[in-house]
Amino acid sequence: MSGIRVLVGTRKGAFVLTSDGKRDRWEVAGPHFGGWELYHVKGSPADPDRLYASQVSGWFGQLIQRSDDGGKTWEPVDNKFAYEGQTGTHQWYDGTPHPWEFKRVWHLEPSLTDPDTVFAGAEDAAMFKSVDGGRSWHELPGLRNHETGPQWQPGAGGLCLHTILIDPSNHARMFIAISAAGAFRTDDGGASWTPINQGLRSKHIPDPTAPVGHCVHRIAMHRSRPKTLFMQKHWDVMRTDDGGDSWTKVSGNLPTDFGFPIDVHAYEPETIYVVPIKSDSEHYPLDGKLRVYRSRSGGNEWEPLTKGLPQRDCYVNVLRDAMAVDALDACGIYFGTTGGQVYASADAGDSWKAIAEHLPAVLSVEVQTLP
Amino acid sequence: MIRVELPPHLQTLARVGPEVRVDVAGDVTIGAVLDALEAAYPVLRGTIRDHGTLKRRPFLRFFACAEDLSHDPPNVHLPAAVARGDEPFMVIGALAGG
Repeated sequence: MSGIRVLVGTRKGAFVLTSDGKRDRWEVAGPHFGGWELYHVKGSPADPDRLYASQVSGWFGQLIQRSDDGGKTWEPVDNKFAYEGQTGTHQWYDGTPHPWEFKRVWHLEPSLTDPDTVFAGAEDAAMFKSVDGGRSWHELPGLRNHETGPQWQPGAGGLCLHTILIDPSNHARMFIAISAAGAFRTDDGGASWTPINQGLRSKHIPDPTAPVGHCVHRIAMHRSRPKTLFMQKHWDVMRTDDGGDSWTKVSGNLPTDFGFPIDVHAYEPETIYVVPIKSDSEHYPLDGKLRVYRSRSGGNEWEPLTKGLPQRDCYVNVLRDAMAVDALDACGIYFGTTGGQVYASADAGDSWKAIAEHLPAVLSVEVQTLP
Repeated sequence: MIRVELPPHLQTLARVGPEVRVDVAGDVTIGAVLDALEAAYPVLRGTIRDHGTLKRRPFLRFFACAEDLSHDPPNVHLPAAVARGDEPFMVIGALAGG
């Protein structure tokens, strides 16, 4: 029978949750790297036992950990993330020039075909690549050196490259998102990049329709339709059907369209999920009710999913990398909260249950469907 | 033989106890001790001082013989008691955080 492995990064370590294909009984292993922030843990699609983890500390900086046995044991690999050439400046919060400084890795995206190849999204915004299983890293400087780079400004969480999507039909095409620069696309494996923010409108920036400067919180793709992307922006849920050349708003009947994560059902490319949050100044669900919203029409028409989720006195947040789906026939949806709960649905969101309840604040959730 | 005390997270990372001993050839300076420490335990590279600039990470401090050496340049000689191995060179994490 298939199994599920849920990789959870938290403020105080990493946890690995496992279950068989029924998804009704879960074992929790961890914490791994106790006391450290685990920004992201993700497995290789080409070798599910190969995992990468971004381990961070305000005291000791950045580490990258690698596992070759599905998270039972780990080995620290290279942690040197050096920007190439002249680093230049981006804008600071007050608009003054500020030198580019490496702070941490927010997101690790393993290659779809090679377990030793992995991309890292960094703060301050840059993309790094390893082709030797994390034993060395080199920057893809075309992104940071984009002509708009000096205009990029950090979001409240920093100038972070937090999302990396690889086009399964053309691995040289990738999409990334940076808070608060916006979304970018490469068609040459990361050598050069194009801002893809046409159609975004952000009222809180001087030019609401500027080519860059949008606080994109997350983008998601279904592997069968790589030209269609869904975006949770600071405010607004958006979609594109032309690889990011133009975006349209699909917030529709959402009670609030502020939020962080967005994801797509494993087999239904028009079924998408968001977790609406009250506002940019109040990062918790409306009315104390934790509700996932599902659209089966690719946006605009949304339904609240509440069964099994707390519907009173709930004031947690769900961060941008903290939602994922499995690939079992009945698609499972997973998300983690800043209150330390990990919720799972084995029926595409119709009902939920907590599969871990008292973890540290959850930063990231990834799911592996095992043979 | 120079004695170096490490904070708990770095002990875990390097898989050592609270104190390690490293050989320093030549002058016993802060920089030379950290070079020897990182050579013996490569996993500590980047965790105490920046990879590129070799500057001390901001939330770490260096102490020895009841003196705060955190702001001394790397070529400053450590006290004779540290050079003799009588006293440890201490890497300490700042008391901060939640």
